[in-house]
Amino acid sequence: MAGYNLKEVMNKPERLAPGHRMCAGCGATIGVRAVLRALHEGDYAVIGNATGCLEVSTYMYPYTAWEDSYIHNAFENAGATLSGVETAYKALKKRGKLPADANFKFITFGGDGGTYDIGFQSLSGAMERGHDMVYVCYDNGAYMNTGIQRSSATPMYADTTTTPVGSQSNGKMQNRKDLASIIADHDVPYVAQTTLTKDFKDIHLKSEKAIYTEGASFLNLMTPCPRGWRYETADIMRICQLAVETCYWPLFEVDHGKWTLNYEPKKKLPIEDFLREQGRFKHLFKPGNEDLIAQFQAEVDRRWEDLQYKCAR
Amino acid sequence: MSKKDRMSGNEAVAYAIRQINPDVMPAFPITPSTEIPQMVSTYIANGEMDTEFIPVESEHSSMSAAIGAEAAGARSLTATSSAGLALMWEELLLAASNRMPLVLALVNRTLSGPININCDHSDSMGARDTGWIQIYAENNQEAYDNFIQAYPIAEDKRVHLPVMICQDGFITSHAVENILLEEDAAVKEFVGEYNPEEFLLNPGKPIAVGPYSISSYAMEARYNQELAMENSKEVILEVAKKFKEKFGRGFELFEEYRTEDADYIMLIMGSAAGTAKQAVDDLREKGMKVGVLKLRVFRPFPAEEIAMALKNCKAVAIMDRTESYNGHGGPLASEVTAGLYRSKVMIETVCYTYGLAGRDFTVETAYEIFDELKDVAENGKKVKQHRYIGLRSKERS
Repeated sequence: MAGYNLKEVMNKPERLAPGHRMCAGCGATIGVRAVLRALHEGDYAVIGNATGCLEVSTYMYPYTAWEDSYIHNAFENAGATLSGVETAYKALKKRGKLPADANFKFITFGGDGGTYDIGFQSLSGAMERGHDMVYVCYDNGAYMNTGIQRSSATPMYADTTTTPVGSQSNGKMQNRKDLASIIADHDVPYVAQTTLTKDFKDIHLKSEKAIYTEGASFLNLMTPCPRGWRYETADIMRICQLAVETCYWPLFEVDHGKWTLNYEPKKKLPIEDFLREQGRFKHLFKPGNEDLIAQFQAEVDRRWEDLQYKCAR
Repeated sequence: MSKKDRMSGNEAVAYAIRQINPDVMPAFPITPSTEIPQMVSTYIANGEMDTEFIPVESEHSSMSAAIGAEAAGARSLTATSSAGLALMWEELLLAASNRMPLVLALVNRTLSGPININCDHSDSMGARDTGWIQIYAENNQEAYDNFIQAYPIAEDKRVHLPVMICQDGFITSHAVENILLEEDAAVKEFVGEYNPEEFLLNPGKPIAVGPYSISSYAMEARYNQELAMENSKEVILEVAKKFKEKFGRGFELFEEYRTEDADYIMLIMGSAAGTAKQAVDDLREKGMKVGVLKLRVFRPFPAEEIAMALKNCKAVAIMDRTESYNGHGGPLASEVTAGLYRSKVMIETVCYTYGLAGRDFTVETAYEIFDELKDVAENGKKVKQHRYIGLRSKERS
């Protein structure tokens, strides 16, 4: 991988045009643009997309915000759909039906609902078969498009519309599924977890690696949602930073089976710093709920230690 | 030159797929269609064709991947049966609404439950309003011939719709019969090359597929689909004509067997038409004027043509190998009677449900039905408009 130059990278032509209908302060489009900036100029791409906010807001007939070829099929089958596109590329190349110098890359985006839950089988199948594609989960931790329902990516105690906080409820009862590890256990060539950091270096390098590593790759990309997380739109970058500094969302990669921690905070911040910024956790700060935060912290610590162990092997 | 051989319906369809050598085939195993992807995989393994086969993890994914491949510019297909078709139901709608000219080799099997692997038409009939052209075969020869005609119909610019080529599970798919096979080069020439105008992998000419469409546009999309389905009728006939010119075997929207002077006609689809024809031959020898109308094309539905073909008979038995659970007959019962009414053909009709989940349909059953039609027309016998035939109990419903 070449050296990273923020200015150069940011000056690349946009492949997701402005004018789409995503919310201000939404992490998904920032993340998508960052992933697409890793495409080398001159390379073509086919973008896949599971049903969700990103799809309904970027390709509303008769307008599209996508500069590249794009296919949305349904909610639960982004993996399978792009595997068909990628296989068509192989078939048409083999049969000389495409120009020999036309280089196509295949990237699909799905929210956590379409990826962790309803599209899980389709994703698992596509990864196992080893299609030369990148699946990017833009993980905002709930079904945001339908109005903030819990998914298996929703963190414990989050207030969602199907795990509402009430006199008998502290929000979601279960911990989130660790999807990056699950896909890493498919033994695909490249898996990484990333989010939006100040210099966008982590997401850029990981996207480039994912796109240009032969075979199936998976990126788990945390993209906060101002509607579901209840934060001020301008605070998104700070929230991403706190997710990393508290080790709620560690930055790591698994390259051909080798686990690497890409960033270790000098001083791991307490989880309250991440939770406090978000309306979905405000009940945790009521007097008497200290033990809930302690449980949340314990789970973050357990996963962080587990990750450190995997990376030290 | 045609070549005489003997093979099963599944073998015949797999043979046609090898000859056409499409670009991409995703598939998932399900009885009784499993042999088709198995045979295709074997052809590929032995270098007899070079289609890219995707062994997907479900039928939902096989149709999803077929749509992706077709949108990308590749000629695509899959095969399935029963629950497999039910699982891909959502994607059947998307294949049609995205105007993907892909082909599905369907081997008809009943839907659960109770779970049962044998033939009826509940799977494809459940998908009758998904926007697919549906063509049914009586035997292995027709399955083969219909499959060869599928892409020229689907890919015609006036159509651009997916096509389902149906054959009866086990009865046709597994029974070995004589068949005439055409030469590889002749089949390839008949089917032609697929050159889509717009596709995802067109370098420098990106397209977007599968939009969110608001109420201001979505209804026009559906209307255009309906127009394409209407257009497909003449294309199906044109392709059949070309097929006859090249290979000698003729096809229409339906086959009329000894109906020209018939008083009583059985309208039936699929392999049971062969049994019905045998019964007709037997009864004709005894002087009874009977015939069979074997429906080949169920979508688009040739309502007016059927009404005209039936207008001179006294009574028709409308045979459904599926149930609609609506209290008055299956899909053929509903659509044929509606067609008769609209064309003001006021003949007697009796709607029979037969052969569910592999229950045998015999010539004796067909005799019984023709006798009953005669009783209704000549003696004014009152019968229930919707009846089950071939139940274990002697008492028929």
